Amino acid sequence: MIDREQVLHVARLARLDLTKAEVERMASELSGVLDHIERIAELDLDDVEPTSHVVTIENVLRADDSRPSLARERALAGAPDATDSGFRVPSPAAAAAADGS
Amino acid sequence: MSELLDLSTAQAAQSVRAGDLSPAELLSAYREQAEADELGAFLWLPEEPLGVMGTAADAPLAGVPLAVKDIFCVEGVPTTAASRILEGYRPPYTATAVERLAAAGAPMLGKTNMDEFAMGSSNENSAYEPVRNPWSPDRVPGGSSGGSAAAVAGGLAPWSIGTDTGGSIRQPASLCGLVGLKPTYGAVSRYGMIAFASSLDQCGPITRDVTDAALLLRHLVAGGRDPCDSTSVDFPQEIELPSSEDLGGLRVGVVPELSDAATIDAGVKTVFDATLERIEELGGGVEQISLPHSEHGLSAYYVLAPAEASANLSRYDGVRFGLRSGDGDLLSLYERTRADGFGDEVKRRIMLGTYALSSGYYEAYYGRAQRVRTKIAEDFRAAFERVDLVVTPTSPSVAFRLGERTADPMAMYMSDYCTVPMSLAGLPAISIPAGLSEGLPVGFQITGPAFSENRLLAAAHALEQAIGFDSSPARGKAGAPAR
Amino acid sequence: MTTVTTTPTERAYEPVIGLEIHVQLRTQTKMFCGCALSFGDEPNTHTCPVCLGHPGTLPVPNAEAIHFALMIGLALECELAPRSIFHRKNYFYPDLPKGYQISQFDVPLSRSGRLGDVRVHRVHLEEDAAKLVHAGASGRIHGAEASVVDFNRGGTPLVEIVTEPDLSSPEQAGEWLRLLRATLKRLGVSDVNMDEGSLRCDANVSIRPAGTATLGTKTELKNMNSFRFLERGIAAEVTRQEQILRGGGEVEQETLHFDPQTGALSSLRSKEESHDYRYFPEPDLVPLAPTQAMLDRARAALPELPAARAERLERELGLPTDTARLLAFRSELGDFYESALGADGATDPATLASWVTVELVARLGDVDPVESPVSPEALAELVRLVSARSVSGSAAKEVLDAMAAGGGRPEAIVAERGLGLAGAGELEAIVDRAIEANPDAVEKVRAGTGKAMGAIVGAIMRETKGRADGGEVQRMVRERLGLG
Ligand SMILES: [Zn+2]
Repeated sequence: MIDREQVLHVARLARLDLTKAEVERMASELSGVLDHIERIAELDLDDVEPTSHVVTIENVLRADDSRPSLARERALAGAPDATDSGFRVPSPAAAAAADGS
Repeated sequence: MSELLDLSTAQAAQSVRAGDLSPAELLSAYREQAEADELGAFLWLPEEPLGVMGTAADAPLAGVPLAVKDIFCVEGVPTTAASRILEGYRPPYTATAVERLAAAGAPMLGKTNMDEFAMGSSNENSAYEPVRNPWSPDRVPGGSSGGSAAAVAGGLAPWSIGTDTGGSIRQPASLCGLVGLKPTYGAVSRYGMIAFASSLDQCGPITRDVTDAALLLRHLVAGGRDPCDSTSVDFPQEIELPSSEDLGGLRVGVVPELSDAATIDAGVKTVFDATLERIEELGGGVEQISLPHSEHGLSAYYVLAPAEASANLSRYDGVRFGLRSGDGDLLSLYERTRADGFGDEVKRRIMLGTYALSSGYYEAYYGRAQRVRTKIAEDFRAAFERVDLVVTPTSPSVAFRLGERTADPMAMYMSDYCTVPMSLAGLPAISIPAGLSEGLPVGFQITGPAFSENRLLAAAHALEQAIGFDSSPARGKAGAPAR
Repeated sequence: MTTVTTTPTERAYEPVIGLEIHVQLRTQTKMFCGCALSFGDEPNTHTCPVCLGHPGTLPVPNAEAIHFALMIGLALECELAPRSIFHRKNYFYPDLPKGYQISQFDVPLSRSGRLGDVRVHRVHLEEDAAKLVHAGASGRIHGAEASVVDFNRGGTPLVEIVTEPDLSSPEQAGEWLRLLRATLKRLGVSDVNMDEGSLRCDANVSIRPAGTATLGTKTELKNMNSFRFLERGIAAEVTRQEQILRGGGEVEQETLHFDPQTGALSSLRSKEESHDYRYFPEPDLVPLAPTQAMLDRARAALPELPAARAERLERELGLPTDTARLLAFRSELGDFYESALGADGATDPATLASWVTVELVARLGDVDPVESPVSPEALAELVRLVSARSVSGSAAKEVLDAMAAGGGRPEAIVAERGLGLAGAGELEAIVDRAIEANPDAVEKVRAGTGKAMGAIVGAIMRETKGRADGGEVQRMVRERLGLG
């Protein structure tokens, strides 16, 4: 079960602006899917290691050799709002400025 | 002309090599078909045919053009993953898979339609248009590689590549009467393949026959591991072109948890059982095995894949490429861009994945799903102690009608019931057409241990020869006439 | 037994401080792509599809960054994880192209280490964010302020070092950060330049009643980009927390920004914005399990570290603690010193150390002495001339001025400028003249007024232009006056 409030919270985390109708629909659809998923709660998985990867390799590394970078015009070519030198965005509000490290 | 289009790719390549056919002739024949596409299979065709003139007839793939799922980045060529959010995007680089096949002599014919970001089982989630099944135009071709499958089944392309996360190659191949192979995870580079769920995504061929699939796979893995993809590995052998005619000595396991599930349609089950008999006729031994956790595969999959997707799709933020909406502040730039750019199913999965990873829910959903994944992989390992191959139906049903399942996400998700366990375990699996039900193709799925592709292809080839399925919808027994 | 109750107003508090340091590694290329690292280049000239987060791109870790991170783990005496993995840390920000940062979470590269008397909680690897440059009001975005993102820095290999809360004063925090900086510099793994952001420091600060073991609510001070700001910021925050507790209030857990201009602390995060980073294992990368060869290589690359060097200089050469630390923390000075010491085995280590850390530093400032015209051999020679009383201390300083300006050997400069100590005959004549010229002072000296001696010696030193040893001159004057 996931309620309207949770949908709104998750939508904010995911940066999705949902309409009122979408919020209602999402709550009912996701609840349906979660009902099915929650059947795994019945399994005894206490001593089972989690798998995040099926490949068993380790230490795949790259030598510290530089490769040509993109020309700036190409880097900026697809940007919806570019200046001569960079990607323009609305300034973040001070409140969010410390997000992350 | 139509004779030319009937050639399997291996046959066409042979004609090219024999000098009976030029790559340019072949390309223009297919291009003409692709331009007349009424299936919605292609999202993009080049103004001018690409690169084929430079393709030497003696290149291994002899200039036979390739339909490429629009999930693969190709430098300078529109690449959208069938999403509005990437409308107009032209990548500054090319996917390794596309590059390798082009280098082996298979130039790109065009970009094929798909479910947005590979999320779907019917191709109805394309932001551009749905794709129709060449066997019956009011039915879906399956998904997410529906455009690739429809293009090949409809004779618009000789062969194609798609991607498979939980069944997105095998299920459309099944619904369109084609061969679809999902290689072992890590066998084919994911570099340049737009990510849906990184720990599951694999590129593979969708073709008219098993030999064509082997040929494409051979050149996808031939270059060895891709230094641009940390999770790619060297394939331990060369991929052989299959010639096997029997299954002598092969032990084949049947999984009641998958093949006897209530979700499997009776017609599908009938074809499946008939195929088991064929296996025995060909000298294979059929025995029952158990994959006790496989019935939970779908639950684990619909936690893990959306979780990874929720992060993979965060880069679509209206800053560096693609669509931008919003009314001036940063939050609305993010929220409006993503609200306008993503379709319903993509939003649903981003929400599901974000929820499953969020504080307080991680262990109950993501953590548990990862453990189920471990159990499923262990089940397969145990099974392969006893048998050489595991077989199941590919799709619980034949192609369903457009619109039939769009209102019920869970019903749609059930399409992947038989295909997700192999994805979770990272195993190779091939779907081959095994017969018809209601006049529509039914797929048969064969799975083996990791890197057993040669074994899979050999068995699939022997069965294919015995079944003698005609992949042309026009001639398919009782099949709906192609338009 | 009487119980003494103290009110919050009277109670003494002690700060509990932990540091979180971000260190940009000095590799050739970025953490996960082949773009060259750069500082100060034109914006967005060091980017590629990978570090711009283009669809379909994948990260491949830089082996040298791993090597540097292992060196740091070893230098900080950490336990290295036999197997560590990368996670995705999810949040939206324009300087974060993928919408997540690849970092390490519950299985970092190394943990449980120590530097000096501070325990190191963990050391992990991650990628740096890009740079947001404020661009003023934008024409396009109606009325709003705009920023421009420069992705040159995005993806720079970053090591995060987190200490245990073992520091108990702002000064101690500053001193420890200097030791860490010297250590990293000695390892050669980073430019450790706080101005340029290759070394950045956050501090976790709380206070508790002095002498207790309780932990108060901590606040996080972000990005103090100099040692001075770090110390001032922590001091301001400690004062702020004391005032809150003394007033009967409670400290709130929050992230603060210290403004060095005004000395003010301001809250950085609004409350309604919840932070849920949704960490999960990065599926695009495989685990990192340092092999014996990787560990051996990292171990072999470790030089003698500043803390050990300071201890050795003090123990083996008898240098004062402060001098030993200065030589160890500025390893270029230590290297210069030890090579000068080796050039002339007869030089007194403490005298030479003082010439390096006081006189040479006064002339060179922050310049690496190797880059200066003064060679270690030349400085050793100069100190030997002083010890042998061939040149006076003040004349030697003049010689060093000349060496710092234009190089050269001390003996040549002394000869050329006539700075050698005046010979005995010459000096006797000068002493006699001085005694004659200062009868009043002579009288006072005879009468036992020691201070008057200064006037006579001063006159002699003036006449010899410093080419005489003060003690020797005094001895000669006394002898002449029959005071023996
Ligand atoms: Zn780059």
